Amino acid sequence: MNKELFAYLVIACVKVLLVFGTIQFMIISMIWLERKIMAHMQVRLGPMRVGPHGLLQPIADGIKLLFKEDIIPEKASKLLFVLAPAMALIPALITFAVIPFGDKVKILGYNVDLVITDINIGFLYVFAVSSLGIYGVVMAGWASNNKYSLLGGIRSSAQMISYELTLGLSLIGVVMLTESLSLVDVVNAQGKLWNIVLQPLGFFIYFTSAIAEVNRCPFDLPEAESELVAGYHTEYSSMKFAMFFMAEYANMITVSAIAVTFFLGGWQGPFLPPVVWFMLKLSGCLFFFIWIRSTFPRLRYDQLMHLGWKFLLPLSLLNILITGLIMVIKG
Amino acid sequence: MEAYLFYIVAAITVVTGVYLIFEKNPVFGALYLIQTMVSIAVLYILLEAQFVAAVQIIVYAGAIMVLFLFVIMLLNLDIKEEAKNALPFQRIPAILMGIALFAVICIVIKAKLLQGKHDQYTTAYVNTVGNTKLIGNLLFTEYLLPFEITSILLFAAAIGAIMLAKRKL
Repeated sequence: MNKELFAYLVIACVKVLLVFGTIQFMIISMIWLERKIMAHMQVRLGPMRVGPHGLLQPIADGIKLLFKEDIIPEKASKLLFVLAPAMALIPALITFAVIPFGDKVKILGYNVDLVITDINIGFLYVFAVSSLGIYGVVMAGWASNNKYSLLGGIRSSAQMISYELTLGLSLIGVVMLTESLSLVDVVNAQGKLWNIVLQPLGFFIYFTSAIAEVNRCPFDLPEAESELVAGYHTEYSSMKFAMFFMAEYANMITVSAIAVTFFLGGWQGPFLPPVVWFMLKLSGCLFFFIWIRSTFPRLRYDQLMHLGWKFLLPLSLLNILITGLIMVIKG
Repeated sequence: MEAYLFYIVAAITVVTGVYLIFEKNPVFGALYLIQTMVSIAVLYILLEAQFVAAVQIIVYAGAIMVLFLFVIMLLNLDIKEEAKNALPFQRIPAILMGIALFAVICIVIKAKLLQGKHDQYTTAYVNTVGNTKLIGNLLFTEYLLPFEITSILLFAAAIGAIMLAKRKL
């Protein structure tokens, strides 16, 4: 094997491991941070017992889940029941393959792009992969052979299908401005001005649909406890439940990373190194998710569908129209 | 390398396609069909048609099959009931029509009736301009009329579906 190819492979593997490790670490710290931040917003202390300020709580939770009995219901469809958590988690993780998290750097004489791979259909790749995330939920709901699971699964997939449309359309404006589907080009085009200034409506629509897409409060109807026990993961226990939990947080990190890439200038920023800027913006978005969760009450199901189809969808089409008009007028 | 990948993916496509037909449980059948769709998307990537591959996954695997699965799960079809409802006299016409369709496809491929742009559109040229850009350009210039007719057709189908589902709005 020649040296060039070998270096390329090593760099690619290191990048994949690095990104994967970082996401895992972020998921763990998010669980702690969410409990802490929400507690303080509600004038409580949150976890305090395990480690200083409950810092070791997520590790304790992880160990607990690992040692729990893994229950598979008698009448469940075994293969799908086992497959579903993985199907939910994997799409959330592989979206990161196209998200640039830093500028080009030189390491040991090799030019390294701080993005796992830059493909010319990056935008479409993101949506192709995220649209597959629904299957985990649908399969979990059906395979459990439990009516609450099935209802939760159906609700969740209906919600995800509805909001995926607006999610995609809200980003079209940015793609029109950039004239490229590659996420690296999108970030590079925001050197002077972030897209949030040019596309405020697009950002608003994107973030609202993103919260609905990852089933977070106030759109967390699939797991509305008072109606559906726990939705599609009612029958799940032990590490399989943990995987759904991880999938939820991984999805949250993914949609935040896309928001940063498309609207908040990606890794661009003065003074600090690019990677730090990227992480800062990402953390800001994630904080926003937690903030919203502890602020808004849950919507009713019909309100959710009305918001998606009758308000956000026309609004996102309007956004595309206005963007196009301005581009034509300005030439 | 590419050839090996093709053989592996093509084998998966065919095997899942066969499983789809012989599977008794409709939910598993739908899942096999999803796998077939995704494998075909991989084949498109091997042909350097990245745009088509992405659209294949977004539209078929991501949208249409989800709705399929949805309906099947809601109906929760009983396997035995399905077998009873099968019409025996359908079999012979079905086989004959299958053979006829296969023959038509063979003739079309053999006679090279369905050929798109070639001449200047070599793989190298397409890759320099960009797959998506080229398709977009052609779609909105040379193929504008077929494109618009297709969109009207889809629009009509959508209205028809709404009319069927919701008689009184």
